[in-house]
Amino acid sequence: MVRFEKRPQPSRLFAYATPLLAVLATFFFGGLLFAALGKDPVVSIVTIFWEPLFGEFSFFYRPQLLIKGAPLVLIAIGLSLGFKAGIWNIGAEGQYIMGALVGAGVGLAFYPTESVLIFPLMVLAGALGGMLWAMIPALLKVRFGTNEILVSLMLVYVAEQFLASMSLGLLKNPEGFGFPGSRNLQQYPSAHNAEIIAGSGMHCGVVAALIAVIFAYVLFARHKLGFAIRVTGEAPRAARFSGVNPSRLVVFCLGASGMLAGLAGLFEVSGPAGQVTIDFNVGYGFTAIIVAFLGRLNPIGIVLAGLLMALTYIGGDIAQSQLQLPAAAIQVFQGMLLFFLLAFDLFTNYRLRFGRSEVA
Amino acid sequence: MTELLSLKGLTKAYPGVVANDDVTLSIGKGEVHALLGENGAGKSTLVKMIYGLVKPDSGEMTFDGEVFLPPEPRAARAAGVGMVFQHFSLFDALSVAENIALGMEDAPKMNTLSERISEVSDTYGLPLSPDRIVGDLSAGERQRVEIIRCLLQAPRLLIMDEPTSVLTPQEVDILFETLRKLRGEGTSILYISHKLEEIRALCDAATILRLGKVVGTCIPRDTTARDMAEMMVGKVLTTPKRSGVSLGEVVLELDGLSLPSPSAFGMPLRDVSFALQKGEILGIGGVAGNGQDELLAALSGEMRAPAGMLRFKGQSIGGDGPVRRRQMGVLAAPEERLGHAAAPDMSLTENAMLTGAVREGLEQNGFLNWPAARGFAQTIIEAFDVRTPGPANAARSLSGGNLQKFVIGREVLQRPEVLVVNQPTWGVDASAAAAIRQALLDLAEAGAAVVVISQDLDELMEISDRFAALNEGRLSAPRPTEGLTVEQIGLMMGGAHGMEVAHV
Repeated sequence: MVRFEKRPQPSRLFAYATPLLAVLATFFFGGLLFAALGKDPVVSIVTIFWEPLFGEFSFFYRPQLLIKGAPLVLIAIGLSLGFKAGIWNIGAEGQYIMGALVGAGVGLAFYPTESVLIFPLMVLAGALGGMLWAMIPALLKVRFGTNEILVSLMLVYVAEQFLASMSLGLLKNPEGFGFPGSRNLQQYPSAHNAEIIAGSGMHCGVVAALIAVIFAYVLFARHKLGFAIRVTGEAPRAARFSGVNPSRLVVFCLGASGMLAGLAGLFEVSGPAGQVTIDFNVGYGFTAIIVAFLGRLNPIGIVLAGLLMALTYIGGDIAQSQLQLPAAAIQVFQGMLLFFLLAFDLFTNYRLRFGRSEVA
Repeated sequence: MTELLSLKGLTKAYPGVVANDDVTLSIGKGEVHALLGENGAGKSTLVKMIYGLVKPDSGEMTFDGEVFLPPEPRAARAAGVGMVFQHFSLFDALSVAENIALGMEDAPKMNTLSERISEVSDTYGLPLSPDRIVGDLSAGERQRVEIIRCLLQAPRLLIMDEPTSVLTPQEVDILFETLRKLRGEGTSILYISHKLEEIRALCDAATILRLGKVVGTCIPRDTTARDMAEMMVGKVLTTPKRSGVSLGEVVLELDGLSLPSPSAFGMPLRDVSFALQKGEILGIGGVAGNGQDELLAALSGEMRAPAGMLRFKGQSIGGDGPVRRRQMGVLAAPEERLGHAAAPDMSLTENAMLTGAVREGLEQNGFLNWPAARGFAQTIIEAFDVRTPGPANAARSLSGGNLQKFVIGREVLQRPEVLVVNQPTWGVDASAAAAIRQALLDLAEAGAAVVVISQDLDELMEISDRFAALNEGRLSAPRPTEGLTVEQIGLMMGGAHGMEVAHV
């Protein structure tokens, strides 16, 4: 009989090898899936992973990698703060929308004034919007002990309704011939989150993501707040004994993750998306949950995971158009990645034993 | 006396340790047999093999003349072996009858079961209403639930693992009456304990285990407790000593401390008062679950208290959290090592940081100095002889005794002015326990005030200057330890908690 045995110490080797093994297993089983759909598995995998980076049109796809990766990384870094402490913000998508709405709203309020102060003001407003939206589950949890998973998730749907109302009503472009959606911020220089170097995909959101990564890294490695977060996740009673105030930690973690999600939304709406529309959000807030776990809640890991996830998005699009792979197959492929990651993760704390089982 | 259970050459090895090495033992019908040994001597592994929880590597067992190798507890129960575990497996929110039904393979209807429970409890002098909710029962009554659960199966061998660790002296007397009655009916009892006087009072024979091997057998009535202890430990024991006692001014004062418990089945603190002087050790006894955890939490700062109820050097500290209290010099070490005093999956370095950050200067402006924390962890490891490859190892990789030395060492080395410890030597082997007690005595001698909360009365008698007992959240008035009798201590602990004596 095969059984799992708890390791006396978590295995360092497996902690690092898990993502790699998960990617390899995804290649293999994803290949089988594509083969079953009648596509050449090798060509499919190459199309998804090679084409965007080194293919004929890579000059177009490479900047896309930053554009799609930055919001994922920015949101996932925020989520990782709470996830490490066992505080589950599942509603980053809602905070992303609210950040975008508040930030874009501030920008549009100034239209057509031109000033260098407008964009910074929008950034602040975006951060605040996301943060305040996340404060709802935070304060409800601290005050009434509600479950932050449910509250934050349900607030996503509230935010989506809010977004629809805004793009059809208050923020609708008065010169838009009745079409839903706001003015295009790309055409309003003071509010446009333009690329810092043209054609590179490098916009302010990418910079913000990098700064967030560095902050998170220092926080976890050197600062007592990061330590408090880790202890709370590992052993809540020990954390309380050491002097951590659980309520303050809930407020901080949800607030910070909401703020970063709001920033991501603002940078997206004022840059690549350009416009507040009914469906400008494409699910970054949910995908970032996968990115956070794929990156092992580690800041550097999250950067790699964010880029990998962006790559499967872009490569998946290419595979859809070039190989006529169904979109659902690509989603299954992405799902496999998370599945295998969690499966192999078991080996960090457990090892396989062959032999008779025994209740000891 | 005919033989009921016999073990021959029983051996069980785990990776890195031989838990039982060639153990041979025989229990007669109607015999109360003591299994004696320190923590880690292999007592638990041995009874787990008899109860079908663990399969021996080699050796044989016979039960009533037949080869006996239960593959699982169900088979052992069917053969007539019942076991009362040290840690109860009861659901607080369910009634006695419901709890018992859950543990049975073919539970009868509730009415029938309730009748049988009443019947058994009357017969054996274990009064207990089947309809009561377990959460409301005292530890002694909970143990009755476990015993009745076993007796319903009419066992021929009853295994009892450290049954008296949760009982007051009076409750112990009641339990012994029941066990004697069972013996009179021909039931054999395997009695596991390290409390020697109890074994001398109750048991007909004793087998002593050390490091997995049988090191001796004796007739407890004819052997002194000291001889048994030395067989158990394998060396001459040195009892901790303290030289002169000189008490200073009052440092810690509790004045009518009353707090609700944070958990539903916890015990609220009710009007707890005492004053503690410099250099004094106050021992607080009592049966588990009478407010020990809550008292520690109130003193460590995990639970806040209204102003004035808690004073350190005359200053109210009830509203301060653990960090502020550590800064002032009020330190604590909780009972639960894994998960409360230490984070299991974190390294010893990180666990040293957990409480040492402020007083050891391991943190500056919120930034943590990890090399210094490693140094502090290393200092603890050396000063308290913690057996581990190094500070990078996870807390859960340490044995219970070693982790306990680390946890106590971590607080003692921070030069506390007041140290509160809960169960400092629970599950710790005798030599580590002696080292910990000595460290607490040395600390008091150096001028600190120490509160030791413990369920080990011998330990409290040995090291404390004054003794008080917690009972249902109330603390009895502290009395000088010298001259206290077991009878008086038992009454301070709440006597028999209104439990009736067995009608034998």
